[in-house]
Amino acid sequence: MEKLFQVSSNPHIRASVTTARIMQYVVIALLPATVFGVFHFGIHAFLLIAITVATTVLSEYIYGKCMKRKDTIWDFSAVVTGLLLALNLPPKAPLWIGVIGGMFAILVVKMLFGGLGQNFMNPALGARCFLLISFTSIMTNFDCDAYTGATPLAAIKAGEQAPQLIDMVIGKTAGTIGETSMIALLIGAAFLLIIKVIDLRVPGSYILSFVVFILLFGGRGLDINYLLSQLAGGGLMLGAFFMATDYVTRPITPRGQYVFGIFLGIMTGIFRVFGPSAEGVSYAIILGNLLVPLIEKVTRPRAFGKK
Amino acid sequence: MSKLTFRGGVHPYDGKNLSKDKPIKTIVPKGEMVYPLSQHIGAPAVPVVKKGDRVLGGQKIAEAGGFVSAPIYATVSGTVKTIEPRRVVTGDLVNSIIIDNDGIFEEVSYTPHDVTTLDKKEIITLIQEAGIVGMGGAGFPTHVKLSPKEPEKIEYVIANCAECEPYLTSDYRRMLEEPQKLIDGLKIMLRLFDNAQGILAIEDNKTDCIELLSNLVQNEERISVKSLKTKYPQGAERQLIYATTGRAINSSMLPADAGCVVDNVDTVVAIYHAVIEGKPLMNRIVTVTGDAIREPRNFYVRIGMNYKDLIDEAGGFQTEPEKVVSGGPMMGFALFDLNVPTTKTASALLCLTHDEVSAMEPSPCINCGRCVEVCPGRVMPKKLAELAQRHDEEAFVANDGMECCECGCCSYVCPAKRQLTQSIKSMRKTILGKRKK
Repeated sequence: MEKLFQVSSNPHIRASVTTARIMQYVVIALLPATVFGVFHFGIHAFLLIAITVATTVLSEYIYGKCMKRKDTIWDFSAVVTGLLLALNLPPKAPLWIGVIGGMFAILVVKMLFGGLGQNFMNPALGARCFLLISFTSIMTNFDCDAYTGATPLAAIKAGEQAPQLIDMVIGKTAGTIGETSMIALLIGAAFLLIIKVIDLRVPGSYILSFVVFILLFGGRGLDINYLLSQLAGGGLMLGAFFMATDYVTRPITPRGQYVFGIFLGIMTGIFRVFGPSAEGVSYAIILGNLLVPLIEKVTRPRAFGKK
Repeated sequence: MSKLTFRGGVHPYDGKNLSKDKPIKTIVPKGEMVYPLSQHIGAPAVPVVKKGDRVLGGQKIAEAGGFVSAPIYATVSGTVKTIEPRRVVTGDLVNSIIIDNDGIFEEVSYTPHDVTTLDKKEIITLIQEAGIVGMGGAGFPTHVKLSPKEPEKIEYVIANCAECEPYLTSDYRRMLEEPQKLIDGLKIMLRLFDNAQGILAIEDNKTDCIELLSNLVQNEERISVKSLKTKYPQGAERQLIYATTGRAINSSMLPADAGCVVDNVDTVVAIYHAVIEGKPLMNRIVTVTGDAIREPRNFYVRIGMNYKDLIDEAGGFQTEPEKVVSGGPMMGFALFDLNVPTTKTASALLCLTHDEVSAMEPSPCINCGRCVEVCPGRVMPKKLAELAQRHDEEAFVANDGMECCECGCCSYVCPAKRQLTQSIKSMRKTILGKRKK
């Protein structure tokens, strides 16, 4: 018998983009913020990032081994989760926080639900909220060598003197490792937008609706300084461009993505303005994650040519 | 002016440079010719010859098996060897008439017509009798398309010159080498529809064709050239109608419902041959291409020729192909063996050294939404593929699964390399099969 050719259903060609490539791009996009965080907060921040990423990758590897599953660490999604979680930790948090958080993110939020693509909540944020509730004092202590005391948003909320706006934009303020530098985050976000790994539907509608909410209900009227502090001084940029855009946990329908973004903007506004904490991005996003199936259901696209 | 296009679609590597600059070469068949009785949508044709009969080129060897069907003509002279099931490009065994080519190429005599003396009915009968079907790949009998319930409501007759499938250049060569036949064919079609405008819809990567045809139709009041954005699947019927007229039809509607009739380049030229020259459908242009082929180019092929002979004419393989596709890479059929005949709908033979599909293993869906973004049918391929795998027919239909045109954009673009088109396609096949019963 002659050698037979390969057969398969159409199409017979494939675009070059792969899951691993997308994840690598996200890691690259997070590097400016990561590097800034390390230089800004010092060597401990670097160790915390390293140990958190190592934990997420190793957890996924060991879980796969124990469950006799295919090794999935080379899709780089565990690296993204570890890095995002680390960037959401206070710079002086003990290293074991990174280990516990990393394990929780991968084992509980991701793998137990079936691994990549099956989790209903962003693993990094799920772990962050777990840590915030369990180890509140550690997770809300932003003291470090350079700064003592509150993050810009906490200061504003308490009626204290907030840092200069320019410092918030550059990132020379207190905060989690990766959230302080608006510029570094926007550089990474621009990269992802240009190579079309993400689009503006979620982050755009998120930030816009948040701005509208603050203008209406922030209690400061048209206070540009206050508004910009709200945008630059907290976790909004990191959340809007890198976590709300997580493919797995945002709606897949184009219209649903706008709904999702608007929901996040409103919830973040409510949490920040009316809640006890100055922050609200993480909780807003995981709450939004839970609504994704519903949003997708009501925003199903209309098929071509159907009325 | 914004470009004429549709929403969604993809931009794969087009590979057209391999074959686009070489003129069409006519090839002379030798040996056995195979004519499957089902080369079209509808009832199979019924043989009117028997084993041992001597036939001439251009002689009818099978007649239409109904209204939605088409007759088949011998393309060489010779003797009917047998009538038996043979393998075709889809992998199915189809009853076929086998003719031993005697190498004389004796043909029947054809009766040319003066189109101005023919009425509409006579024109349609000539097309029907010539065995013309949609030669872009679908194989829908052309006379059926040309016989809508209310011909006076047809406003556009669109010649599909998009050729959006990568690698294919047969329509391109045809437009460059025989533009007048295309225009004359379209004019014949316009005779059938008094209120219609003719449109030559061409993708803007073929600027030379746009220029050439625009010049030729300068003084034609009823024909215009429209330049479309180069994007796959610009030539899909529904997308083409939308791009050229702004009218959107769904899967349960016909182009005629939007006042349109669409036929591809080769089909329009076949209409010209049938009506003006009185010749039945016997030839087509086939692009033989791909990185495994030594001399990729277009051939003027007699229907019934074996694919192996086409490869030989193109200099054979320069590398061992992993995959051979009949048709374009997005919607063509993969062949496990070259021993199949050229049919009325065979637009290309694509030979690839590397198979990108088997090289990449599917991994879990990450919900990235690329399939939704590119889907020209605006359905949710990810969701439909999931429903198909669970075999949930009801939900599949409720989620507009039947609106899929199987263009392949979702599988093409999927970073997890999932077989979305395949899952959706097989589910559709199951459901359509049940509906027929």
